[in-house]
Amino acid sequence: MIARRICASLLLMLFIISAAAPWIAPHPPEQQYRESTNAPPSPSFPLGTDDLGRDRLSRLLHAGRISMLLAPVAALVSVGVAALIGGLCAATSGLLDRVFMGAADLTLSVPWLMLLLTVRALLPLDVTPWISLLVTFALLAVVGWAAPARVIRASVAATLRSNYAMAARARGAGYWRVLLKHVLPGTRPILTAQFGSTVPVFILAEANLTVLGLGVVEPAASWGTLLKEVGMLATTSQPLLAQYWLLAPIGLVVVSVLCWNVVFPARLTT
Amino acid sequence: MKAALVHASGLLLAALTLPVPTVQAQAPKRGGELRLAIQAEPRTFDPAQATDEPSELVRYLTGGVLVRLNRATQKLEPELAESWTLSKDGKVLTLRLRPGVRFSNGATLQARDVCATFTRLMDPALDAPGAEVFRTIQGGMRCETRDTQTVALRFGEPVPGVLRLLDDIAIQAAASDPAHGPWLGPFLVSQHRAGSFITLARNPHYWKRDSQGGQLPYLDSIRLEIQRNRDFELMRFRNGELHLVNNLDPVLFERLQTASPSLVRDVGIALDTEQVWFNQAPAAPLPPHKKAWFASTAFRRAISLAINRQDIARVVFKGHATPALGPVSPANRAWIHAGLAAPAYDPKAALASLARSGFQLRGNTLIDNTGNPVEFSIITNAGNRTREQMGAMIQDDLKKIGMRVSVAPLDFPSLIGRIAKTYDYDACLLGLVMTDLDPIAQSQVWLSSGPQHQWNPGQSTPQTPWEAEIDRSMRLLAVEASPAARKRAFDRVQEIVVEQAPFIYLVNRHALVAVSQEVRGVQPVVLRPQTLWNVERLWLASGAQVSQR
Repeated sequence: MIARRICASLLLMLFIISAAAPWIAPHPPEQQYRESTNAPPSPSFPLGTDDLGRDRLSRLLHAGRISMLLAPVAALVSVGVAALIGGLCAATSGLLDRVFMGAADLTLSVPWLMLLLTVRALLPLDVTPWISLLVTFALLAVVGWAAPARVIRASVAATLRSNYAMAARARGAGYWRVLLKHVLPGTRPILTAQFGSTVPVFILAEANLTVLGLGVVEPAASWGTLLKEVGMLATTSQPLLAQYWLLAPIGLVVVSVLCWNVVFPARLTT
Repeated sequence: MKAALVHASGLLLAALTLPVPTVQAQAPKRGGELRLAIQAEPRTFDPAQATDEPSELVRYLTGGVLVRLNRATQKLEPELAESWTLSKDGKVLTLRLRPGVRFSNGATLQARDVCATFTRLMDPALDAPGAEVFRTIQGGMRCETRDTQTVALRFGEPVPGVLRLLDDIAIQAAASDPAHGPWLGPFLVSQHRAGSFITLARNPHYWKRDSQGGQLPYLDSIRLEIQRNRDFELMRFRNGELHLVNNLDPVLFERLQTASPSLVRDVGIALDTEQVWFNQAPAAPLPPHKKAWFASTAFRRAISLAINRQDIARVVFKGHATPALGPVSPANRAWIHAGLAAPAYDPKAALASLARSGFQLRGNTLIDNTGNPVEFSIITNAGNRTREQMGAMIQDDLKKIGMRVSVAPLDFPSLIGRIAKTYDYDACLLGLVMTDLDPIAQSQVWLSSGPQHQWNPGQSTPQTPWEAEIDRSMRLLAVEASPAARKRAFDRVQEIVVEQAPFIYLVNRHALVAVSQEVRGVQPVVLRPQTLWNVERLWLASGAQVSQR
């Protein structure tokens, strides 16, 4: 319970800080201070600067906006689509069920990295970083519906077969009333859990895609772009802790993913 | 074409070598396996068809050539040919083969092997890159055997710098499978596991001897690990798994220098260039206003003025690059135009020049004379950290004059498809790898009909008067025998290129290498293969023990 509260507070804090990044970041995230490249932490640059002299703290704060705000939105879209399709399949069964579940199987078997690579290659070259970002998360939302849809379908089907749903139908409740008053409240924990488990997946997916060069493009900052830089630590001779400020993006990714996982499954059991 | 557009080979002048490690007192040890990484699978082991860097490296290590360019002294030296004479009219080159040279299978090298190599090279069906110059000779080229040890190469017209061309032609046995030997170089291909490694074993019949009369090479074998990721390559070097790293990335160089300054060497300015060009191909699927910008010399020159080259050299390359003057690197002392100066960084002058051409700054956005905001994209090869950073700096510099630039890193096949086939791009940032000082090797870049005339390739007739003038100068360069006249011709090419800015040259990289203390006899040079040019004389301090790792 305490852990859940701490994690919820941390997530809230990350949300607020990310949303307020334009006002609290000490420098514009793309501003290059070319006389201060790779600078260690200082009062002017609390987390130092990167290879091009950009303030790491400002980039980290702006990067949080992408991961902390866009990943939940994409997860919401993904789970929303999954709920619609899963619910429809459970309610109608028959041909529609077979078609959509077949589509879900197909989606789950598509090598989505290749799909993302193809779609990114089709984008115009002069696409802005924000468009590339939206496309990345839109693709994640599109390919992310299949697994939750199967879970939701099973849950809705079970609820529709439950005694209380049958009793409601026997007492003359209409189809939509049963759906809204009995099925939806019954599947809410499933939906919440699916949302809660999809967000960290999307946060990590963006980071992985960007490290692979398929996600957010320069000069925009995301946790993925910042993690690319951390990869350089592997080739440095200095101890990791001697450059602790470079580990900040890893810390934020770990904390946020952990918090999402702690907060949401815990609610499922209540 | 990898990260480069051109591969050439031949004569060099600049002497940019580092001293030999101070181990002369120690006698070379025999045995051991030298390990290094290559960034891609060689496309072929057939020396006549090598165009990519890994294939060229394998050719260098396994092939025997008639005349070798000494990468350190920059002079041509006898190799398989112990002597040669060029006729007064420059049309007949007679070469006397070194006696007693044997292939790796023990067969003796004879004149008929040399002629078989040239006959195969001239076969149009093979389309061998090393034969391009010979095939364009009016009257062609013939190889004649005078006796078992003497060959005559007969040309239809004089070929300027013909001897340096021989440095790229590995002689093969008359009856052989070109990709499977036998070989005449210090090593032979003994094992190849696709995507993993190539092992080159010592050629037991290699002809060279050291000063004590001992047979070379000293090493038993060379293992070329196929390692695309350069970060991993450096980690493996630091762990002692690799002995040498060539063409080191400046960031990795700096990191290694901090930890082990004795292992890294900045050999000096290399011949390679980094440049941006705008797409001027008439077939390009671009809107008319963009075509008009890119065709405008004033626009291109303004971009050149607005890019801070000093900052790129200092920030991206950590000082291991020099702002470029033009098409020729300062390392190329024989051919650089002494009157050219590096373009100054002057965004105000850039804006003034654009204003004279009808562009105006409205707020923070530059607008052309038809009301279009100046926005374009620059493509470059994804995964190349220095180019991606250069792109980000150019983006930032051009923002100061109101231009919105997107940098689009693409995987290399997509990039090549756009610049060579579909022409669907605005601008491109790439490098030009040059291993030849003589600019005749760049004919395919400068001739308007050339496939590597990147801003507008394969023109049937020159589209602009200045391209016509470059064509004339390049033809003069190809036929003129007098060195002074050839220099004048290429000086004019350099002047035109700087005036018209079809390529906006940014920096010349430095040659950066890392050498393990385990390896002895290394003399890094700016020319490829930087640390391996004297491979037959390299040895390992621990000798044969190393091969047991």
